Amino acid sequence: MQNVIESSGISKNFGTTKALNDISFSVNESEIFGFIGPDGAGKTTLFRIITTLMLPDEGEIKVLGMNCTTDYKELRKNIGYMPGRFSLYQDLTVEENLNFYATVFGTTVEENYELISDIYSHIEPFKKRAAGKLSGGMKQKLALSCALIHKPKLLVLDEPTTGVDAVSRSEFWDMLGKLRQHNITIIVSTPYMDEAMRCDKVALIQDGKILAIDAPQKIRDGFSRKLFTVKSVEKYKLINTLRKYPMTLTAYPFGDSVHVTFINDMVDNSLFGYLIKEGISDVVVQAAEAGIEDRFLELMNKTE
Amino acid sequence: MKRFLGFVKKEFLHIFRDYRTLFILFGIPAAQILIFGYAVSMDIKNAGIAILDLSHDEITQKLTDKIISSGFFKRTENLLHYNDIDRVFKKGKTKAVIIFEADFGKKLVREGKASLSIIADGSEPNTATLVTNYTMAIVNDFTMELAVPALNNSIRIQPEVKMFYNPNLKSHFMFVPGVITLILILICALMTSVTITREKEFGTMEVLLVSPLRPIQIILGKVIPYFILSFINVLLILALSWLVFGLPVKGSIILLLAECMLYILMSLTLGILISTVSKNMQQAIFISLLGLMLPTILLSGFIFPIENMPKVYDYVSMILPPRYFIVIIKNIMIKGTGLMYIWKETLILIVMTLFFIGLSVRKFKIRLE
Repeated sequence: MQNVIESSGISKNFGTTKALNDISFSVNESEIFGFIGPDGAGKTTLFRIITTLMLPDEGEIKVLGMNCTTDYKELRKNIGYMPGRFSLYQDLTVEENLNFYATVFGTTVEENYELISDIYSHIEPFKKRAAGKLSGGMKQKLALSCALIHKPKLLVLDEPTTGVDAVSRSEFWDMLGKLRQHNITIIVSTPYMDEAMRCDKVALIQDGKILAIDAPQKIRDGFSRKLFTVKSVEKYKLINTLRKYPMTLTAYPFGDSVHVTFINDMVDNSLFGYLIKEGISDVVVQAAEAGIEDRFLELMNKTE
Repeated sequence: MKRFLGFVKKEFLHIFRDYRTLFILFGIPAAQILIFGYAVSMDIKNAGIAILDLSHDEITQKLTDKIISSGFFKRTENLLHYNDIDRVFKKGKTKAVIIFEADFGKKLVREGKASLSIIADGSEPNTATLVTNYTMAIVNDFTMELAVPALNNSIRIQPEVKMFYNPNLKSHFMFVPGVITLILILICALMTSVTITREKEFGTMEVLLVSPLRPIQIILGKVIPYFILSFINVLLILALSWLVFGLPVKGSIILLLAECMLYILMSLTLGILISTVSKNMQQAIFISLLGLMLPTILLSGFIFPIENMPKVYDYVSMILPPRYFIVIIKNIMIKGTGLMYIWKETLILIVMTLFFIGLSVRKFKIRLE
């Protein structure tokens, strides 16, 4: 099976800043491939290179078997791109936006309606409304419909869930899952670690470098330590106190608890003694399974 | 082609959705024509004058009537003493005082000459010059009439100044072509540069670039709607200046419209060029306004004649398209000349248009920076 994207040693500099540093990866057909990393990690730059909007300074990249630099005209016909800021015309209605993108890509809404019906049906009742007046979740659905309307082989989604409420985010990932049956390969970036589990494969990216590429479960399994969640009412004080504890390796906030690893990978009574002495007596400690974020932080620390 | 039409349709939707754009497109030109035509008028009409007649004879009466009935002046007061002059100027209504010396009529008949003074309010130099010039013209005219039957043995030659193309020296005739020139380049360049930079700012350009639309299609798609609207604008301005100021088009209207089309196209491509070098809407507006409006007003010959400028400005103005268009439009509208006399300017505009199109397509980025 042919790889949809084949990238080897991509680098891109903006002045003296290295936005991308030696990026290599490959994406298989009909895969949902996620790029997970904080803001400024280089995700958008990478996506712009994939969509032929930018040229890499070094390295080679082939998308759908075509060279991004020389075959960009042909390639652009087969890519559906949804930039970070939903690129909709705010003053045009929902329907007009969709029709416009359909004509520009040489198709009609009717022709590929089946592909977007699942997504578009949510916003169809509002089709006479100006896109600028839609909610974040609806804008996102419209932008996705617009990116899909020409039935692209590759769908590139740059932070599609940023600024969208939790329910819409979850719905959105359900929709992406359904698109797989149409043989559309999807690459998607997100700063939300919890969304990584919805991908077939993820790449953790930080400061323009890829830290790890694997199936999300395998990335979690790669966590090398035993992880514990520690809970207390005074979470902030707890973190600071835990960080001072000599046996603590790492302590990071995680939701309403703290994820902690210890040098000897176990919890003993001296920890409780220490915490009580420091004035924290209500702690609950449990062994936990590492998530993507834990692995991400571990890898980040290693590279530093 | 269908893609392209879809794009053009979208542009029209943008324009019609945005009331501000529509207002700028049609409201401002109409307002400008009226403002420039009326407020900046250089004609005098019903300027107040006072008469100090120390002679009170038949001739001074006739001359006064002639001056007042010319339509340029209206009498504010009849004065009795020199002392009144200062007072009447301070009231502000009177722009000039005409004084006939004592025994004006008698002297004129007996000695063949008599004195008349015109004292004008110098705090408005422009009006003052106009008022004195007009009065002198009327007086000259009057002495000519008088001279022929009274002293037919001696022929006095009086210089007669007559404006050829604008006999009444109506300044609307000068302003309307100038305003058309200014408005078209401003609106066309401003509008196109703003609509393209808006796409950059809202991120929609990213998707357009990834789409199979070619740069030339995007550029033309932006140009065509504004081309049509600007052309309607020209018709509107011409109709307005005809209805309100009675300004006729002396030459061929077809030629005039064709030249306007050329000029619109040139301005639109200039706007696209501006958009390729500016990063956001503000920059585009700034360049269009400052870079086009001021030079057009100051250097194109719109207000200040190029012949009177220092040589340096003359050279600078050579790169300004409005300079050539003003010549063209004045020739057609006021002198009524044909293409024969303006082919050089037309050719320069055509070359400029082609140059701008070429440069825009070349500079249009098929990628992001």
